[in-house]
Amino acid sequence: MGPDAGGASHIARLAVDEAMPLDCGRSLGPIDIAYTTHGRMNADRSNAVLICHALTGDQHVVGTHPVTGRAGWWETLVGPGRPIDTDRMFVICANILGGCMGSTGPASINPQTGTVWGTDFPLVTIADMVRAQKLLIDHLGIDRLFAVVGGSMGGMQVLQWAVSYPDRVFAAVPIATAARHSAQNIAFHEVGRQAIIADPQWHQGRYADHDTRPTKGLAVARMTAHITYLSEMALHTKFGRRLQDRQRMSYGFEADFQVESYLRHQGISFVDRFDANSYLYITRAMDYFDIAADHGGVLANAFRGSRVRFCLISFSSDWLFPTVESRTIARAINAVAGNVSFTEIDTDRGHDAFLLDEPVFARIVSGFMDGAAAHAGLVRP
Amino acid sequence: MGPAVIHDAHGYPALRPDLDLLAGMVEPHARVLDIGCGDGVLLHYLDRVKGCDARGIELSQQGVQECVARGLSVIQGDVDHDLDYFPDDAFDVVVLSQTLQATRRPDLVIRNLVRIGRRAIVSFPNFAYWRCRAYLLLRGRMPRTEGLPYAWYDTPNIHLCTITDFVRLCAASDVRIKTALALDSHGRVVRRDAPGAYANLMGEIGMFVLERAPRISGGLDDTDA
Repeated sequence: MGPDAGGASHIARLAVDEAMPLDCGRSLGPIDIAYTTHGRMNADRSNAVLICHALTGDQHVVGTHPVTGRAGWWETLVGPGRPIDTDRMFVICANILGGCMGSTGPASINPQTGTVWGTDFPLVTIADMVRAQKLLIDHLGIDRLFAVVGGSMGGMQVLQWAVSYPDRVFAAVPIATAARHSAQNIAFHEVGRQAIIADPQWHQGRYADHDTRPTKGLAVARMTAHITYLSEMALHTKFGRRLQDRQRMSYGFEADFQVESYLRHQGISFVDRFDANSYLYITRAMDYFDIAADHGGVLANAFRGSRVRFCLISFSSDWLFPTVESRTIARAINAVAGNVSFTEIDTDRGHDAFLLDEPVFARIVSGFMDGAAAHAGLVRP
Repeated sequence: MGPAVIHDAHGYPALRPDLDLLAGMVEPHARVLDIGCGDGVLLHYLDRVKGCDARGIELSQQGVQECVARGLSVIQGDVDHDLDYFPDDAFDVVVLSQTLQATRRPDLVIRNLVRIGRRAIVSFPNFAYWRCRAYLLLRGRMPRTEGLPYAWYDTPNIHLCTITDFVRLCAASDVRIKTALALDSHGRVVRRDAPGAYANLMGEIGMFVLERAPRISGGLDDTDA
């Protein structure tokens, strides 16, 4: 059972009169943004918290996922009495632009042609995703978000919000993220994309026209990525070299080891809920993300004059977005005497720790949200 | 059961006397950086009672997490590496309470303090306190006192100094001493105008208010009026 029975799903149609300009030079409109809300907006609309999801997440932050039937991806953190308390806050979580859970993306119909966009869809960036979210926030009549919170790619969006619209955000919580995507991370993404592109069912991205899907390629992409979300210790503890349903090695290429079987399962279950072209677009958006480059190569310039209260959190065994990335952001905010909290949390669970039940993590988010609420003058209902 | 907590007029736990003295030197609503803020007792007081824009730096993960969980703005970092990232005059007051002796380069730290803050308040254990002197003289061993409770092999303190040493370092660093106090182990003032032989002998803790001296050398900002 989800912690918040009061959640609701919506789709907003935005950029209807005027298409939204994109970083790539093209523009897009109308745009559908699918989102869920939890909790109630207060009278002066000052208690809204925008949750930004990671690469393979979506708007179903809490409550039962309509496709998988599983619990929301952040039930540990969001809900009544949880660190992001839906008894107090009005939580909004939107499927990103370029996503495939109801927001406009490569699997949507191109209104000009009446067919699926496929790879004709314009390249979107993290800043474009945030632009679309801002249209949604405007649409909801919210002047200033109390907080923007997210991990991994969601953390990139949080940073982009704080940098693009500092006056529209009171507090920002970028978790397990970076101000730019590293070469190693781009390299992993490229492996995933090439797996999709190499799948004969991909058909240059026009697989919808052929009534098929590059599921094998997408599953391989997911398997590769999934390894980067865990730590060596987490994999070792979970699987070691244990064999799957057998006493001895097959001396072939079946899934002899539990870890293989686990990854295959991850890959197969992913293709049921995700679009391959979406995966290409979203990974590309992350690759292009570099806040410093957008500010003359000096990260601190992005935060100059900002009054946003930041809380950066990293995890000690995260090798995808290691602590040094968060520390770099904290130092850049310090360099302009901004308001920042930063801590690393000790855990052996890797990058995915932000999605798991980590009591210290929950306590920190909770404390930060309470402290920020006190400073924002948000009174408890 | 722990000892009963004494609360002040605002309903907050009363500060340790040396922190109370220190808090009294910070004007309300000031921009303050507390370096080595521990579990955030002083920071919390400055933030909630004095309405300061109070930030902290703390080395220990536990301390930082304690602070952030209390809603305070604290980064995990250390005084030897993280001060360089702050701009000049970022704060009205920079506090370094009982931490100087644990830094790698106290000389560079002091220069940074008066660079990033208009004022710096520094306190440290005085190694020339008579009990320390007596301990070493009579027992021939590294002193262990209330203010310096560690054994020589597991102490975080790597650069212990005396009040006289500190005064000399300030002079050599073009740092102006605005106020100098010698305190006892309870944080009570035993001597004002402390840079003297008496304070050096009788003070268990030295507490100094520092300012950047005009015409600072060594590549630091010299625009201070």
